[in-house]
Amino acid sequence: MTLAEGVQLVSFGLLAIMVIGTALGVVLLPNIVYSAFLLGGVFISIAGLYVLLNAGFVAAAQILIYVGAVNILILFGIMLVNKNQPFSPVRRGWIRLLATGGVCLGLFALLATVVFGTSWQISSAVPAGDQATVLIGIHLFTDFLLPFELASILLLMAMIGAIVLARREFIPDETPADAVSDALTLPERPRELVSATGETTED
Amino acid sequence: MIPLEYYLLLAAALFCIGIYGLVTSRNVIRVLMSIELLLNAVNLNLMAFSNYLDPATATGQAFAVFVISIAAAESAVGLAIILAIYRNRDTVDMEAFNLLKW
Repeated sequence: MTLAEGVQLVSFGLLAIMVIGTALGVVLLPNIVYSAFLLGGVFISIAGLYVLLNAGFVAAAQILIYVGAVNILILFGIMLVNKNQPFSPVRRGWIRLLATGGVCLGLFALLATVVFGTSWQISSAVPAGDQATVLIGIHLFTDFLLPFELASILLLMAMIGAIVLARREFIPDETPADAVSDALTLPERPRELVSATGETTED
Repeated sequence: MIPLEYYLLLAAALFCIGIYGLVTSRNVIRVLMSIELLLNAVNLNLMAFSNYLDPATATGQAFAVFVISIAAAESAVGLAIILAIYRNRDTVDMEAFNLLKW
């Protein structure tokens, strides 16, 4: 990355503010749809940070996979399980919030202590830059070949598993009346559409 | 050059926000989103280390690509499980999913 020092610092600051702000929005906003869209903001800001870190290929992969696939999948999930229900308050729920906040702040303090207490061996080698894509390809087909093939098998298993899990429950002992026209459809248990008339999407 | 510590601090903050959302969320979809935040924080750490400690070989970037693909599979299966459990229990409240609680 051949940017000037000040430009890098300012872009890092802006992207960091965007990451932290949108991540807080994902966690804290009451409306789940806003959270899902802010999650896309987190992913895009992190892709910008990857560009600052001389990793253009991973930044493109981040936008394609996270923003293009995972975020859209989560939005479709919200549409499918959009139930308009007020959550019953938990007994002594504030203790949980306080304890979790304390644990998270403590974890952050611990990590910050480790980060500043370690003397990192900063390398002075020239970054790969645009050659990183070639290097990733070489890695994937030489020393990371086994994880690469395992990842493809895992993706296949995840696809089949997701289809099997998300399919509607079917009734095995019910035979279709019209065997010819229903030959390709499984007999599924009919179900009513839940909260299809709800107007708000408050969770 | 931006110090490595800035990136690590940013990733640590993102990780802590993700942990907070993972524990305190009531909506099950928000729990899934928090897990994505955690994975992104880990990825940011990997990329920062790859750029600062080992910039010539790009091994950390290959690791990040693996983590991204695993995260995609995880979110697909997670949403399928959420759909199945939603049909069973008819709610998205995490407190209602206490079938395995002793």
